[in-house]
Amino acid sequence: MTIQQAATRTAPGADHSASTHTVPMVAFEGVGKRFGPAGEGGFTALADIDFTVARGSIAGIIGRSGAGKSTLIRLVNGLEKATTGKVAVDGVEVGALGEDGLRGLRRQIGMIFQHFNLLSSRTAFDNVALPLEIAGVDKAAIKAKVGPLLDLVGLGDKANRYPSELSGGQKQRVGIARALATDPKLLLSDEATSALDPETTQSILELLKRINAELGLTVLLITHEMEVVKTIASHVAVIDAGRIVESGRTFDVYANPSHETTRTLLASALNLPQWLRDSIKQVPSAGDRVLVRLVFFGDTAFKPLTGRLVAELGSDVNILAGGIEEIGGQPFGSLVVSYSADPEVVARANQFYAETGLTTEVLGYVV
Amino acid sequence: MSFEMMVSLILKSLGQTGQMVAISGLLGSLIGLPIGIFLATSGKGELFPAPMTNRIIGLIVNATRSTPFIIMVVAIIPFTRFVTGTSIGTNAAIVPLTIATIPFFARLVEAAIREIDKGLIEAARAMGATPMQIVFKVLLAEARPALMAALTMTMVSLIGYSAMVGAVGGGGLGDLGIRYGYQRFMPEMMLAVVVVLIVLVQLVQSAGDALARSFDRRNRKG
Repeated sequence: MTIQQAATRTAPGADHSASTHTVPMVAFEGVGKRFGPAGEGGFTALADIDFTVARGSIAGIIGRSGAGKSTLIRLVNGLEKATTGKVAVDGVEVGALGEDGLRGLRRQIGMIFQHFNLLSSRTAFDNVALPLEIAGVDKAAIKAKVGPLLDLVGLGDKANRYPSELSGGQKQRVGIARALATDPKLLLSDEATSALDPETTQSILELLKRINAELGLTVLLITHEMEVVKTIASHVAVIDAGRIVESGRTFDVYANPSHETTRTLLASALNLPQWLRDSIKQVPSAGDRVLVRLVFFGDTAFKPLTGRLVAELGSDVNILAGGIEEIGGQPFGSLVVSYSADPEVVARANQFYAETGLTTEVLGYVV
Repeated sequence: MSFEMMVSLILKSLGQTGQMVAISGLLGSLIGLPIGIFLATSGKGELFPAPMTNRIIGLIVNATRSTPFIIMVVAIIPFTRFVTGTSIGTNAAIVPLTIATIPFFARLVEAAIREIDKGLIEAARAMGATPMQIVFKVLLAEARPALMAALTMTMVSLIGYSAMVGAVGGGGLGDLGIRYGYQRFMPEMMLAVVVVLIVLVQLVQSAGDALARSFDRRNRKG
């Protein structure tokens, strides 16, 4: 299949780590989490989670709010305990650790948060120093460590500023420097860009990407934004109502979403005008037009397929949105078109897709 | 009564008030602080989970706070006598004042600590901090401005409470106002006492506010 080939050929950081290390950085095995009393009255936050994060990769977990992703990421550093199954970090089972062992593990795992969680009473420098103080590192060593970290995140000149004097993006940079202070092998990102504007989000994601590449740090992030996953994650798992409904390489999931939740999340990232998104219906009525997303990548990206589609369907094709972006390091084009939902037209179009191997997705119907 | 006599009486009483407020404020806060921290961190699922102890201490604190101060002063006389060897005088008055301060300050500390964003505790736990490290490096550090405000409020309340211990011969400005201003029909003494108290409270409040502000980095502008 073309998708697989394309992905295998160029996906960055794909599985090169699996060959050198057999133990994944994070492994979920049949993990479930219930809150409250057993049986009635309890709440199942997570069920049957099987998921691994390869060493050195950036993996994303995407889902709507309330899907269970916050709970899931907290199982990794033991802030929450799994009710069933096991979670392992670098081969160590988190649930089997006592309080001391857990604290030791946490010092090897950095974490960044949506609302940064910086101490307002400490300067940027002292915030970054906090995990080192907690680990009992002496003052001289702390001083030697914090400066370079602030430089790394581009805040070398803001060491003596308090969080209230920093912008959201700068606060998250302090958060990242703090998370890196104890030289962790894994970085957990809990909606780290959700409180930031799109531009700042991009710069923070670039920073995470750079850290992943330069320090070889494994990153596990949770988000509700497809944009985030698309920009930096090589692998993605889609979570819905406490279950992973789809997972794989970001490129594959993006090109060929198999689950309804994934499609919805993708649709919100399509840049369709709001009025159009609002008017999409799932069931057509007479005279409606079908809204289709055409996906271009690998071989199909270079063929003049749109022109041929127009020729095939007559002048009926309407182009509504489109663009080329990079996902998992590969160029990826998508085009949203609409044409008559008349069964004969649809059949002709489907015939064309089948012949050319074009990947498509019906988004719905519009008037 | 001559002006000099009035001044000397006021100064003596001011000294007694200062002594009572300072000592009972210091002792009461020192004992109230850990109790407040415990109340704020020992609920179910918190840093030092002990919900039963939390409820019992909470009950004792409430009981102490709901006893009218003047009744407490009288009720604990045996305890006061055991501690200070006497039940009258300024030193004896410090005992009930201290006991009233402990639950008052503890509740204020509890509120100050509960105000802190739970995200900070989570972040510290994620760094591998022990509960004790979280108390000292996160909770107390972040609550400093609020704790300063709580201390100020406690001191101001104590100045008010100290007016009541005239009942056990504690002396102080309140006692002076009652005995001279009211019982000896000296409105000028009453007025002088009230003015001195207003100035005293104002000074304590301003000093406390200034200290709280100097600790507060939340709205600092570069």
